[in-house]
Amino acid sequence: MAVMTMVEAIRASLAAELERDERVLVLGQDVGVNGGVFRATEGLQERFGADRVVDMPLAEAVIVGSAVGLACSGLIPVAELQFLGFGSQAFHQIEGQVARMRFRSAGRYGMPMVIRAPFGGNVRTPELHSDAHEAKYAGAPGLKVVMPATAHDAKGLLTAALRDPDPVLFCEPLRGYRLIKDEVPDGDYSVPLGRARTVREGDDVVIVAYSAAVVIAEKAAERAAAEGYSVGVLDLRSLVPLDTDALREAVARAGRAIVLHEAPLTAGFGAELVATIQEEAFWSLEAPIGRVAAYDTPYPPGAVEELYVPSVERVLAAVRDVLEA
Amino acid sequence: MSAVRATGSAEPLRLLAPDGTVAAGQATALDDAQLLDAWRAMLQSRAVDERFFSLQRQGRLGTFSPVAGEEAAVVGSAWALDPARDWVVPQYRELPAMLRQGYTLARAVRYFRGDPAGNLMEPGVNLLPYQISLAAQIPHAVGLAWGLRHQGSDGVVCVYFGDGASSEGDAHEALNLAGVRRAPVVFVLKNNGWAISTPVRRQTAAASFAARAEGYGMPGELVDGNDLLAMHDACTRAVARARAGDGPTLIEARTYRMGPHNTSDDPTRYVDAAELEERRAADPVLRLRRHLTARGLVDAASEAELTARLKAEVDAAVAEAEAVPPPGPEAMFDHVYADAPGRMLGQRAAATGEGG
Ligand SMILES: Cc1ncc(C[n+]2csc(CCOP(=O)(O)OP(=O)(O)O)c2C)c(N)n1
Repeated sequence: MAVMTMVEAIRASLAAELERDERVLVLGQDVGVNGGVFRATEGLQERFGADRVVDMPLAEAVIVGSAVGLACSGLIPVAELQFLGFGSQAFHQIEGQVARMRFRSAGRYGMPMVIRAPFGGNVRTPELHSDAHEAKYAGAPGLKVVMPATAHDAKGLLTAALRDPDPVLFCEPLRGYRLIKDEVPDGDYSVPLGRARTVREGDDVVIVAYSAAVVIAEKAAERAAAEGYSVGVLDLRSLVPLDTDALREAVARAGRAIVLHEAPLTAGFGAELVATIQEEAFWSLEAPIGRVAAYDTPYPPGAVEELYVPSVERVLAAVRDVLEA
Repeated sequence: MSAVRATGSAEPLRLLAPDGTVAAGQATALDDAQLLDAWRAMLQSRAVDERFFSLQRQGRLGTFSPVAGEEAAVVGSAWALDPARDWVVPQYRELPAMLRQGYTLARAVRYFRGDPAGNLMEPGVNLLPYQISLAAQIPHAVGLAWGLRHQGSDGVVCVYFGDGASSEGDAHEALNLAGVRRAPVVFVLKNNGWAISTPVRRQTAAASFAARAEGYGMPGELVDGNDLLAMHDACTRAVARARAGDGPTLIEARTYRMGPHNTSDDPTRYVDAAELEERRAADPVLRLRRHLTARGLVDAASEAELTARLKAEVDAAVAEAEAVPPPGPEAMFDHVYADAPGRMLGQRAAATGEGG
């Protein structure tokens, strides 16, 4: 066991899979010589060579589109989008091609690939670097969407994603790259896709979250505990596949739920969660489900972003609302 | 003025030699006053770079991409435009061109402080906002030029993008459309050698970007981007063609990014120190200084005086921007819609504490 930051855990997983499986190839903007703008691929080109860790032209559509062809040829590409916000430049490849290739080729061409993409706010990046676009990808059948909240899970889930026969969009929280640190086992392990993690159990209300929002949920739960409430936190780990069993059990236990994410409220993944909870656990509910999300505005510039990204206070206010309902 | 040179010419157009001399028989289209104005703009850009960098380090400014090394490419092209009728569509490393169009330094400071109002180009200023999504601005420029022409204007659009951005699909699609519609656009592709850590040879296997023009049915010209006079000359000809209805031009400004990509970048990880040293010797400010000195237009004393004045102007702009109260929560909601949905207005009320 060693304490690692999330970015170190991601790098460790990439290095181990490059070592273990020679079909794995890393490609993206600035991933080679520079080691990635966040250093997620640092040292990998030196170790595995420029044929396996490849600096690509500045064009997301061809990074992902060529990954489709690489996968058809029998390789396992790991394509990095420098920011999830620029996944839009490749969206027709991701949604229209990567996600559907197995289906449209009647099973001939699976897409064993991972698309890694940092996202998320409060790090004062320029426009479109922080946007939480996960819901539009969760709506692309054929694609899995994985969103780790700890270094342990980042390594284990990335390893699982790299060994998964289906394509995975792996979203990495920018502000967690260095701030999130925890114990990561030495050696080979993976965390299965589609299995949520109970961060803390709660009898009064459960906060359902993913990625860096889990940290916010935990802080809110601690604060609520000081006020005498028993607040649970469920970390989904992946949106697709969704762990509906864990969701049902957590809501059944607490009787109240709050869904939390950094994306805007309207058409956010929270809407999917609320609908699923009402299908799976309607009769356990003692109060309407709370939703805490960003506002229905574009991700704003740095001077106001702290007001935009859901805060511990906003989550706490929702906890109180739900408990008093 | 010379005619358009052969598309794909292998040697960049150069009017000003590195030693500051102008080749025999080459007249400069810029008169003394215009030259001094361009010189002022280039020095101002240096002063802005330095001040913004230190402000960023003090936590008073967000991420910022310095212009250093590219001043002649930006100023030479922008000074070929008529800001009253021509438009600039920037990427993010062309502040001198934006200022010439009428954007203010104080607003630029607000932009880099993360104030949403910093991206407001005042009405009457022929300028689109900063573009962060690489190459996304290039189709806009084509549509803008098309729209101007459609409405009877003789305005020309100058769009800037980098060697990195040139790899995006949007760049190809826009250049193609501009050729088809003969849109009055001057495409200024600033080839500064790098896209963050990616060298040009990883963007293209071709010897020049200018040669692409042929495939789009428009003239292309390779220009020494560190040569103010050559940039101005090539862009002046391109603007004249566009204005006359003869369609777009692709200009490759071969220049060099002398600083880091931005305030979070560490170029020592990927730039060879010897290369940087060599390129610093080709600094466009040094070259223009030699020329203006030989012409008797500037000397050390006048430059020192000018630099001091420019620094004071930057300081005044910073003070003006810092005196603006920080934006409140309403800034997230203003200007999202003209006619906002009730749900968003409810969120606005909750966030600003105005009931709801
Ligand atoms: C569509 C898109 N992809 C990736 C990025 C991240 N990024 C910001 S600047 C940059 C390099 C840009 O290089 P270039 O176009 O040559 O312009 P320069 O910065 O050199 O002026 C990258 C990859 C982005 N802003 N937009």
